[in-house]
Amino acid sequence: MNHSISLTVNGARRDFVLDDPRVTLLDLLRERLHLTGTKKGCDRGQCGACTILVGGKRINSCLALAISHDGADILTIEGVARGDQLHPVQAAFIAHDGFQCGFCTPGQIMSAIGMMREGQAGDDPERIRECMSGNLCRCGAYAGIVDAVLEAQAGASETNRRRSA
Amino acid sequence: MKPFDYVRPATVAEAVAAAAQPGATYLAAGTNLLDLMKGGVSRPDLLVDVTHLKGLDRIEPLADGGLRIGALVRNADLAHDEDFARSYPAVAEALLSGASAQLRNAATVGGNLLQRTRCAYFYDTASRCNKREAGSGCDARDGENRTHAVLGWSESCIATHPSDFCVPLVALDAIVEIEGRKGRREIALDGLHRLPADTPERDSALEPGDLIVAVRLPPAARGFAAHARYLKVRERTSYAFAVVSAAAALQIENGRIKEARLALGGVAAKPWRARGAEDVLKGAAPDAAVFQQAAQRALTEAKPSGDNAFKIELARRIVARALTLAAAGTPARMPALPASPFASTSGAIHA
Repeated sequence: MNHSISLTVNGARRDFVLDDPRVTLLDLLRERLHLTGTKKGCDRGQCGACTILVGGKRINSCLALAISHDGADILTIEGVARGDQLHPVQAAFIAHDGFQCGFCTPGQIMSAIGMMREGQAGDDPERIRECMSGNLCRCGAYAGIVDAVLEAQAGASETNRRRSA
Repeated sequence: MKPFDYVRPATVAEAVAAAAQPGATYLAAGTNLLDLMKGGVSRPDLLVDVTHLKGLDRIEPLADGGLRIGALVRNADLAHDEDFARSYPAVAEALLSGASAQLRNAATVGGNLLQRTRCAYFYDTASRCNKREAGSGCDARDGENRTHAVLGWSESCIATHPSDFCVPLVALDAIVEIEGRKGRREIALDGLHRLPADTPERDSALEPGDLIVAVRLPPAARGFAAHARYLKVRERTSYAFAVVSAAAALQIENGRIKEARLALGGVAAKPWRARGAEDVLKGAAPDAAVFQQAAQRALTEAKPSGDNAFKIELARRIVARALTLAAAGTPARMPALPASPFASTSGAIHA
């Protein structure tokens, strides 16, 4: 039996007909929309490479059935920059060498963006490590990742201060 | 993954009717179920998606002072609800010590209660497992079993229940509201999960079609907010299941423990309420001696199920330290590393 769903992906509405309910959001993004920035690492919710935002919240797209997310608003790594202007978290990852091979990086960046929206970490490196523990990096770029997130978080706090001033 | 059919019922009654069919199972976030299905551990014929059902995603204060938590409330939303975290701090701390931020954002309250064991032999379909396939045997019994049960286990199964959330909930006498084929009923959370005996294939007291619609905290559960902690030892500081955990909650008046609640996680097929230890604590002055005595009492019936005798002593120490921390008072802020005995703000050097 076919099922029709529609999603908003990076601001654009997309309609799909699913001929099989087994399709995850991860596979839908990669195979149907060719948005291959979202990575398939473990495919079992352990590594975080597939992290996307759904309704503004970070989740593992490998453990989410597309059919169950009819109507969802999705943000992937392809949707975070404004044209050629990198998202501040992307820029901070480059500035701080927050990666080596780069495979986990889209998930790390989406997770960091989600974490900043959650407002739970602040400028405490220990909190950042705890709040980012769902993203593994086999190259071990954690020190750079934490520095990048700290800088992005500081920049976001500064922007908020200016806005409220 | 084995093919399956999918339905999205519009009402709870439709959901119950659909899920009562043989081979059917409920789908909420799917953070555990999809993992199990990908591994061929769970092989449902029909998924009954309850995520779109109305009215199950609310946190409702009740007139009697209790709280009703809808089964579809996300773990993270509950833990970060300010009123909830203030009133039930050990529950919020337990939630934040579980899984990763991504999983907590997706996973639901009902799903957390019904997550399956993390026993590696249950997950490995090439191994014998009485829980996965009744009567097939238990390869954990003579296998790698250092994290397995030390309480309530049987020769058929030595698996543990992995939930952190359930541990303080069972200590606080949480109640589970269930919608089933014969209508609404409720049971104590302590009666939801089953010890294995010779039927480990049945995790819970639920019948086919039963849907958890809410978890309720009784009015008395608020009375422990000033002295409540959850403490969890894991193989790594974050994003790992408990080797042993403990939820301790006290009411202290005039230098005496008026009421005590204690439960352990990672030690049995269910969250383990330690009522005998609570009796030891009640009426006593909150000092190290009585905490040690309570810890001894909590593990009186414990016995190793394999290479895990260390968990019994570890559990005693975690109980004593959780009680020490609870007596010192709930921290004003959630610790940077929730539930970690290694957190810089844990407040005690050693129990």
